[in-house]
Amino acid sequence: MTSALGKDLLGLESLTSEQIRLILDTAEPFKEISERAIKKVPALRGSTIVNLFFENSTRTRISFEFAEKRLSADTVNVASSGSSVQKGETLVDTARNLEAMRIDMVVIRHGASGAAQFLAERIESNVINAGDGTHEHPTQGLLDLLTLRDRLGDLAGKRVCICGDVLHSRVARSNIWGLKHVGAEVAVCGPRSLLPNAIEEFGVIVFDRIEEAIEWADALNVLRLQLERMTAGYIPSSREYNRVFGVSRERLERAPRDILILHPGPMNRGVEIDSDVADGPHSVILHQVTNGVAIRMAVLYLLAGGRPELAEAAKGGRA
Amino acid sequence: MTQRPLVLRGGRVLDPSTNTDHAGDVVIIDGRVASVESRTTSVEDAEIIDCDGLIVSPGFIDVHCHLREPGREDVETIATGARAAAAGGFTAVCAMPNTDPVTDNQAAVGFIIRQAQRAQASRVHVIGAISVGQKGETLAEFGEMVAAGAVAVSDDGRPVVSAQLMRTALEYARTFAIPVIDHCEEPTLSQGGSMNEGIISARLGLKGIPSEAEEIMVIRDILLARRTGGHVHLAHMSTVGSVELIRWGKERGINVTAEVCPHHISLTEERVVGYDTNAKMNPPLRTARDVEALREAVKDGTIDMIATDHAPHHYDEKEREFADAPNGIIGLETALAVSVTNLVETGHIDFSTLVDKMSCAPAKLFGLPGGTLAKGAVADVTVFDPDREWDVEPSQLLTKGRNTPYAGMRLKGRAVFTIVGGATVHRL
Amino acid sequence: MADEIVELNEGTENLVIVGIQRRGVQLARRISALIEESENAKVLQGSLDITLYRDDLQTVGPRPVVGPTDIPWDIDGRNVVIVDDVLYTGRTVRAALDELADFGRPAHIALAVLIDRGGRELPIQPDIVGKAISIEAGERVDVLVEDLDGRTAVIIPANTEITEP
Repeated sequence: MTSALGKDLLGLESLTSEQIRLILDTAEPFKEISERAIKKVPALRGSTIVNLFFENSTRTRISFEFAEKRLSADTVNVASSGSSVQKGETLVDTARNLEAMRIDMVVIRHGASGAAQFLAERIESNVINAGDGTHEHPTQGLLDLLTLRDRLGDLAGKRVCICGDVLHSRVARSNIWGLKHVGAEVAVCGPRSLLPNAIEEFGVIVFDRIEEAIEWADALNVLRLQLERMTAGYIPSSREYNRVFGVSRERLERAPRDILILHPGPMNRGVEIDSDVADGPHSVILHQVTNGVAIRMAVLYLLAGGRPELAEAAKGGRA
Repeated sequence: MTQRPLVLRGGRVLDPSTNTDHAGDVVIIDGRVASVESRTTSVEDAEIIDCDGLIVSPGFIDVHCHLREPGREDVETIATGARAAAAGGFTAVCAMPNTDPVTDNQAAVGFIIRQAQRAQASRVHVIGAISVGQKGETLAEFGEMVAAGAVAVSDDGRPVVSAQLMRTALEYARTFAIPVIDHCEEPTLSQGGSMNEGIISARLGLKGIPSEAEEIMVIRDILLARRTGGHVHLAHMSTVGSVELIRWGKERGINVTAEVCPHHISLTEERVVGYDTNAKMNPPLRTARDVEALREAVKDGTIDMIATDHAPHHYDEKEREFADAPNGIIGLETALAVSVTNLVETGHIDFSTLVDKMSCAPAKLFGLPGGTLAKGAVADVTVFDPDREWDVEPSQLLTKGRNTPYAGMRLKGRAVFTIVGGATVHRL
Repeated sequence: MADEIVELNEGTENLVIVGIQRRGVQLARRISALIEESENAKVLQGSLDITLYRDDLQTVGPRPVVGPTDIPWDIDGRNVVIVDDVLYTGRTVRAALDELADFGRPAHIALAVLIDRGGRELPIQPDIVGKAISIEAGERVDVLVEDLDGRTAVIIPANTEITEP
């Protein structure tokens, strides 16, 4: 199978800026399809795609399902919880079973970092990483880039700050790699206990205070604060987090320019982001969701690739 | 059982314990070293082994390995482990007690010793548990275990979390003159971690184990050794900080000894990129700076010995998501070659120091037989080829385990003959 | 061709001109402009990219770039005229028909092409043709347009027979 992206999409770290641009450009026409009355094109007709979700995630799974169905693919959802050890069926066996059923593509979300690569190395089907542990969530990173590009144009030199629990966030990592590849300036902002110790080595600016980030940025990507972080002792309380780091209307009003606000969802209103910001004029959060389907359609379209060897048999004419 | 006399002829006889380093012959009679001379007169009825081009040294002793029996005979038995050890040039190994059931009583110690005798390969000394069931609560019966043959105590696999228990163990062990071996890991810092904490762990999205998790326990144990006068032996040291702390302790005459594993002086955390579970062990692979500091520490004597922490695992167990895979790699058969390549070839130490680290020091510091070719000593001898290159093919190793990060690599240095009590237990 | 379209449609009522990417779109624009000028009436003009409806998508090799499709109004009940530069096997038009069907149900669909080079593989025929030519399968016809190529021209191999439609 020939494809400009290779067999799988496992993360943004290893992509080139050309590949990222290709995906963003390919997503453009797919946006329009979702505006039609009949939101379907036959491009992936006959393909079988399995959504293998080991972690609960309604929104990402639905977004992928729409993307797959709008390309006329046949989709199967497999929801599974727990690790291989708990489940009793190893990831290796799951992989082999899928392959035996001649699945064309697998979209996998798993709680272990590296799980997507583990699967990709063991099956011939295309593998799309829908989130592996705290490692990467490439389609989220891509839809964030597309949303930023829609509003800011060429992203080279633009300033984007990722705010929140970067330590545990695969969305943050994918965003950092994606933004750096397209030449943006990247910063992070959050309590040091929620930033990786080696964060400076990522080549990003670190802001300790949200006010500094707002002063600097063209856009903020506000991460969800998971409530487990409190019980694990990384921060004292969500109340304090909101008072010190929350993106509020008052803080945004002091911004020297019109800042875009992104959020991967689901939001903890009143914790990392206040409702009047989430629903306000700076927010492009719903736009992200729309772009999510287009990006996923683009990725599926590009990965499925063509098989020119079939052309010998088909002997197709053009035009 | 009378043995034929054995003459190891024409090798480079290298024995730091007697300051011997010259070409010559080693004569073994009745399981003991009869003489070491430049040219032997003929010995009646002797078997002669030609050691031209080879180094003849006191037998290697590994003070840290996991033989998995009883409990996990599917991944290694005492027999297969002892044979693997012999293939690696080891005439003796010390088996850690984290078996199932835990080796925390005299009967368990005796069982292992008997199994080892049946195997007739390298010797197996037993390390008993510090605490019953290795639960970290109550002391195991050091006296009974030592009487049954145990040579040291450890809760390895796990750290001794309670400083009070560690203190008591060090004091109690003095009665029996045995070392207390600690696996230094502060559990709240290391919890959930699967590799070194640093830029690689941040990139891969894996929770990291900071070097401080080891160092905090290292200094704790050194201070407790000072307080109690006991002998603490620090297992598998992996960080530059630990090395600095051990140096501090030794400068003050504290009875602390330390070991390093071949993987910690040859591989870095970079090896984990790609999520290869054969690069996963505890303590984890660290940075290049740590590797260099450990090599220097071997050179200057801060690190006393090289141990393998041989830890076989079942293929299925390692063939899973990185965070879920068990820690550990095999090492008995690659230890010599990895050490030659990363300590001798790099110019950090010479072969004399290597033999000291792998044989003389373990014997001396743990009070074990062997570690010398002095006249009358038990004839545990390793004959190895320092230049022999070979490819690591896991399926051809004698250990049941296949989990090695050196798979497919070409290494230099290999044991050719391993002699235990005058009997040749391994021939390449 | 513009006149013929108007004649076919009996006026400009409900007329929609849809060009197929990429050069068909340029032609559609020119035709719409001509119609508007001569009839003094606005004509709806849209563009269609048929890449995702190609019947050879699985075999064509590296993914072809998908261009924009712009049909911003309802096509139900309208008279659609598909415009393309060259008609050859008919597969592109087949794809365009499938795609239009996903947009709605026109009252009537007609096909207008600048060059008909023969060699049909599907039962598809144009209603309006600029020029018909007869050339071999291996030979090329290229239509150049101002916007994309800097000039307007049709390039055919030497000695090609040209017939009026």
